[in-house]
Amino acid sequence: MAAATLVLKDVSKSFGAVRALRSASLTVQPGSIHALVGENGAGKSTLIKIVAGVHRRDAGVFELNGQEADFGSTAESKAAGVAVIYQEPTLFPDLDVSENIFMGRQPGRSWRIDKGAMYAEAAALFQRLGVAIDPRRPAKGLSIADQQILEIAKAISLDASLLIMDEPTAALSGVEVERLFNVARQLRDEGRGIVFISHRFEEVFELCDTVTVMRDGEYVSTERIADTSVDGIVAKMVGREVSELFPKTPAEIGDVVLDVAGLTSPGLFRDVSFQVRAGEIVGLAGLVGAGRSEIARAVFGVDSYSEGSVRLGGAQIPGGNPRAAIAAGMALIPEDRRKQGLVTEGSVARNVAGVIRRGLSRFGVLTTAAENRAAGPWSAKLEVKTSALDMRAATMSGGNQQKVVIAKWLATNPSLLIIDEPTRGIDVGTKSEVHRLLSDLAGQGMAILMISSELPEVLGMADRVLVVCEGRLTADIARDDATPENVMHAATHRDGHVAGATTAGGAGPDSQEVSA
Amino acid sequence: MSTLTASPDQAPARTYPSFSRPLWSRVLLTREMAVIGLFLLVYVFSSATVENFSSPLTLYYLFLDNIPVLLIALPMTAVIITGEIDLSVASVVGLSSCLVGLLHVDAGLSMPVAIVLALLAGLACGAFNGFLVAYVGLPSLAVTIGTLALYRGIAEGLLGTAAKTDFPQSWKDLATAQLGNSSPYPVVLVPIAVLALLIAWMLHFSSFGRGIFEIGLNDEAAHFTGVDVARTKLLLFMISGVVAALAGVYYTLRYGSARGDNATGMELQVVAAVLLGGVSIFGGRGALHGVIAGVLLIGVIRSAMTLEGLTVNVTNIVIGGLLVLSVLSTSLLAGISALRSRRASGSRSGPDATAAGKRSLSS
Repeated sequence: MAAATLVLKDVSKSFGAVRALRSASLTVQPGSIHALVGENGAGKSTLIKIVAGVHRRDAGVFELNGQEADFGSTAESKAAGVAVIYQEPTLFPDLDVSENIFMGRQPGRSWRIDKGAMYAEAAALFQRLGVAIDPRRPAKGLSIADQQILEIAKAISLDASLLIMDEPTAALSGVEVERLFNVARQLRDEGRGIVFISHRFEEVFELCDTVTVMRDGEYVSTERIADTSVDGIVAKMVGREVSELFPKTPAEIGDVVLDVAGLTSPGLFRDVSFQVRAGEIVGLAGLVGAGRSEIARAVFGVDSYSEGSVRLGGAQIPGGNPRAAIAAGMALIPEDRRKQGLVTEGSVARNVAGVIRRGLSRFGVLTTAAENRAAGPWSAKLEVKTSALDMRAATMSGGNQQKVVIAKWLATNPSLLIIDEPTRGIDVGTKSEVHRLLSDLAGQGMAILMISSELPEVLGMADRVLVVCEGRLTADIARDDATPENVMHAATHRDGHVAGATTAGGAGPDSQEVSA
Repeated sequence: MSTLTASPDQAPARTYPSFSRPLWSRVLLTREMAVIGLFLLVYVFSSATVENFSSPLTLYYLFLDNIPVLLIALPMTAVIITGEIDLSVASVVGLSSCLVGLLHVDAGLSMPVAIVLALLAGLACGAFNGFLVAYVGLPSLAVTIGTLALYRGIAEGLLGTAAKTDFPQSWKDLATAQLGNSSPYPVVLVPIAVLALLIAWMLHFSSFGRGIFEIGLNDEAAHFTGVDVARTKLLLFMISGVVAALAGVYYTLRYGSARGDNATGMELQVVAAVLLGGVSIFGGRGALHGVIAGVLLIGVIRSAMTLEGLTVNVTNIVIGGLLVLSVLSTSLLAGISALRSRRASGSRSGPDATAAGKRSLSS
């Protein structure tokens, strides 16, 4: 057998104090379609980015076609025969299709582009892929599926030996997925190695011949698809004891605080109904991009919704009006601290007092002193580490910033706390502090809706788990019945619970993964 | 980490100093103070060296000439702090001037009624700008360049090349009256001072003002905090419009002439003064006292150089150079403080680096 197309062995990568990869391994043979699966945060994207030349590995083996590789840029990786197809391809919209394929290496002499030759070559590529795209049309207006085909055509014209597809099917319809699969099989038969990343197990089983599972930045297993099952893979993806890590103390469950009925926003989520009771932590689980954050944003009023109603303590909350939601006793700690949670250029005091400041004015005058007086105790309660209250939030660590955001919202004394990715990107110590805090708040009777991509966090903290898949609630599982397997199953099977689900909702473009 | 679980009635475990720098440093080492200092320096220097500069009459005319710019700069400060800009203000001055002339001289309305209608027109102009920027979501630079032409066009269309000059003497005197005999201070400074105090309160001592700064720094976070971003911007553009109309009324009475081309180009003088006063064109930073000093600094330089017999061109070159220098100094200072904080944090990797890494964990 020829040398493996790609060999990664015991690769590690840290960003500051965070270890994204501990010991990741992946071996892709030529003429094979290899699935790479794992939970959000398992390190798949980081691994792919090392191969693509976006990041450099800290340690470990990285070989391409039998030769040691280390790419400092995406250009180097491309030149070595690696092509990566992202969920959202990046094309030049105003150039025509052929120019996009041959960008930077157009046929012809240095002073003239031979457009005829370029169009002919592009047409030949499309014919080979069995797709009907006019080589002369502009890239603007192509469907996502056609844009991906364009990227694949580019990869073939570069004679890439390794093709990596990072969740390529997330935005495709059934027919488009089938066409993409046919192209992938054709490339496999030509002897190229293909890595296929997907959260949809049906697709993994339909297309791939081998599967590698990753978890927490580590290699777990590699098996032939024929030798495994969905349940087997899910068990390996999750595989750890979760209850010990997250100390949720039982709290007395009271009356309904939040009552969401029939909430719909076209293209994002549809017919979402659920309740959160006092003292209850409800986990909102699902894959990144399934629509969890969008639901939370609509409930809080940051985004508006087209149908449905939100009630807090029995009173109807008008949509699209965060101020009304805040006044009614709602708080939302958003997923993106730096963009949404904080004014990073603002001081700690102004951030902590950012919501309650309306009540701090005396005779209509709001002073910095009043803000400091209000912000100090709340910062102390959360043990925010800062030398003074006028320090800019931008200078603080992620965990400290999260404490500032939490302090800001707890200061409003909310009856419902919505917290989106409570511990994303913060260190382990602060993480457990946040978990204990949430548990305590629930114990004091607060209703908490917690969105998390970390399955262990959801299972450890939540009294009840709601699962979102492609904009719909697909499961409502009590704490005692919730297992990694049934949550994962509901998160990946849109059709499992809701009959006749269409792709209309679709998975929204997953900006987090694209930008990561 | 036991305080996390502390019940609310328990005393907090730690307290924080309110400020990281001593009082003198916070007050004196600011951009605003630099502008005020420069203003005082130029003023004292001019008084000593420029003939006739120190006479009360010079100061009096300095005020009269700069009152429209000073007026408009007050709300413009708030607009620019949100990260927007209003370039249509000078055209609103012209439009309001024309309306006062038409309504009083031609239509025979009394002065108060004509003035109120002109102010309402200014409010409507501001509301139109604000609506397009805040609710339609168009960039304010493009919108107000458009309405700059639109409002000026309406003004010149209303009056053509004619000028209305038949205003009551008592009203014209009001614009130029002095506070006491041979005092250098015009009476109109009193309402302007009141307006300045009101805007200072709005900007620096109200919850609404905190929202203005937050919008300029991070409008998405402001939205998540319950700041009504669109309404705030609409309000500020409306204030900008009505104050520009007020400046138009003053302009008309001061020169006794309502013309369509009154105050042409004044919007750039206003923006220059605001930026010189330490307001960041990107939004989120600035203070009203700096802007007032900026207006006065430009006024003093103009006045002194005119007395010295230098041409307007030379004056413009000096003021333009000063503006470029002030913008340059801002980015230089920012660079130096960034460098310093990087040194201070030593070998630890910067927060941005770790944040980037943490983000990539998410997938």
